[in-house]
Amino acid sequence: MLDVLISALTQGLIYALLCYGLLISYKILDFPDLTVDGSFPLGAAVTALLITNGVHPLLTLPVAMLAGALAGLATGLIHVCLKVRDLLAGIITMTALFSIDLKIAGSNLPIPRGVDTLFTLPALDALLGSVSLSGKKLIVSFVIALLFKFLLDLYFRTGSGMLLRAAGDNPVLVTSLAKSEGKAKILGLVLSNSLVALCGAVVCQEQRSFSSTMGTGQMVLGLASVIIGLTVFKKLSFVKLTTAALVGSILYKFCIQAAILAGLDPSLLKLITAVLFLAILAVGSFERRRKGGGARA
Amino acid sequence: MLEVRDIRKIYNPGDVTEICVFDGFSLTVPDGEFLSIVGSNGSGKTSLLNLICGSIRQDAGSILVGGESVDREKDYVRARRIGRVYQNPALGTCPQMTILENLSLADGKGGRFGLAFGVRKNRIAAYREMLRDLGLGLEDKLSVKVGSLSGGQRQALALLMATMTPIDFLILDEHTAALDPRTAETIMLLTDRLVREKRLTAMMVTHNLRYAVEYGSRLIMLDRGKIVFDCAGEEKKNLRTEDVLDLFNRISVECGN
Repeated sequence: MLDVLISALTQGLIYALLCYGLLISYKILDFPDLTVDGSFPLGAAVTALLITNGVHPLLTLPVAMLAGALAGLATGLIHVCLKVRDLLAGIITMTALFSIDLKIAGSNLPIPRGVDTLFTLPALDALLGSVSLSGKKLIVSFVIALLFKFLLDLYFRTGSGMLLRAAGDNPVLVTSLAKSEGKAKILGLVLSNSLVALCGAVVCQEQRSFSSTMGTGQMVLGLASVIIGLTVFKKLSFVKLTTAALVGSILYKFCIQAAILAGLDPSLLKLITAVLFLAILAVGSFERRRKGGGARA
Repeated sequence: MLEVRDIRKIYNPGDVTEICVFDGFSLTVPDGEFLSIVGSNGSGKTSLLNLICGSIRQDAGSILVGGESVDREKDYVRARRIGRVYQNPALGTCPQMTILENLSLADGKGGRFGLAFGVRKNRIAAYREMLRDLGLGLEDKLSVKVGSLSGGQRQALALLMATMTPIDFLILDEHTAALDPRTAETIMLLTDRLVREKRLTAMMVTHNLRYAVEYGSRLIMLDRGKIVFDCAGEEKKNLRTEDVLDLFNRISVECGN
């Protein structure tokens, strides 16, 4: 039982990276970005290819982030320069990425036994000694999730981060500040997808394999987690968005784990996720209506 | 100095809904002038402001600032020397950010918005002073989210933010129209004070003829894309609201509405 809990917690911490990404695109920029379903496996494909070719597991992470950043850039340029609608721009990049992932790593690329990942680094043995593999996984994912949470919190307080928040809040003001609203959006998508690709890279190292279908449904999964987190902390305005995303991600994974323990057929997972997501959205819109759209002009 | 030269603007060309707003429209606004623009709906007032700000593009003609054409500059590039306040108070501020963050954003206009901290702690005292001058009690609410302020408070803040950094033009787009009469009066007094203190060149579109007459150094009336009345200097000082109202009604009757 403890093993299951630790595994769910580890998953939640790793997928927090995905949730940070969606926090930027969906919550801050109000951009439903389907690029995610392509940039997630892209990060995994890049890391699988590099790691099987002897590149250090840590070094694969920045490369995966860069790849994700390029994917976000593509969607941003398609949306801003070619004026393609947000949802379509993401779908176009996602579709193209499917082929690119296949070219990079084929339809399946396992990381062979004996090749070290983030979670089996010799340095970890020296540091943590006799901790079991699942314990190491938990600690490493905890460090990564918190590190990026703090980095993001810092970033949101910089001039660039504040402009990004303004771009989602009131795009007209960004223009008034003599900054291009389009460039701010593109920057947001670049950041968001680099985090998503990083998540894909870490997931790939954790499960020791890449598969071309691992991106399917990631956007909805991430959104569901983010919205769970935001809903839980709705009343507490001092809780940071990143904290809400982190906790949402963990709660989501616990829910899924509980459902599986209760005997749910794992092949129904995506269906359950979709229904859960729809339910959260429906409750949200119902509450808004009940309050009579109390937001002031 | 702002020059609008021989502007032509047609919406939906070639369509049944084609509307020619301007054809050969020209206007010169010298430095330091506070220009009020009045006119009925569809006379081209807001289109004129949008053309100047670059929100829409003219089909012919040219717009010059200080003798140089700005036709090739995008809206956000032109915004560097333009401050704009909209009719909707929500457009001038970020509702989910605090007053302090909003002021810091406005303070950084024209800057890089890079990786330095966005909130300037060393400016807080100065912000407090500016807010105290508004007389709305906002100086103690720096960490309050702007979305929870009233429309008037938000518009005052928007005005402050638009004029915070040095600008060549202040563009006021019916900026009192969404406010109750008393708040509108407060905002108008504040506008006048800011324009005087900072010696701004301002263009104000308004439906309130009394404001147009009472404030500003020049008044023009637009009708179907033409200037039908232009009055400045001594003549403007002696102008009465009733005169403008008479003219306004006469034009409307000629139009048949």
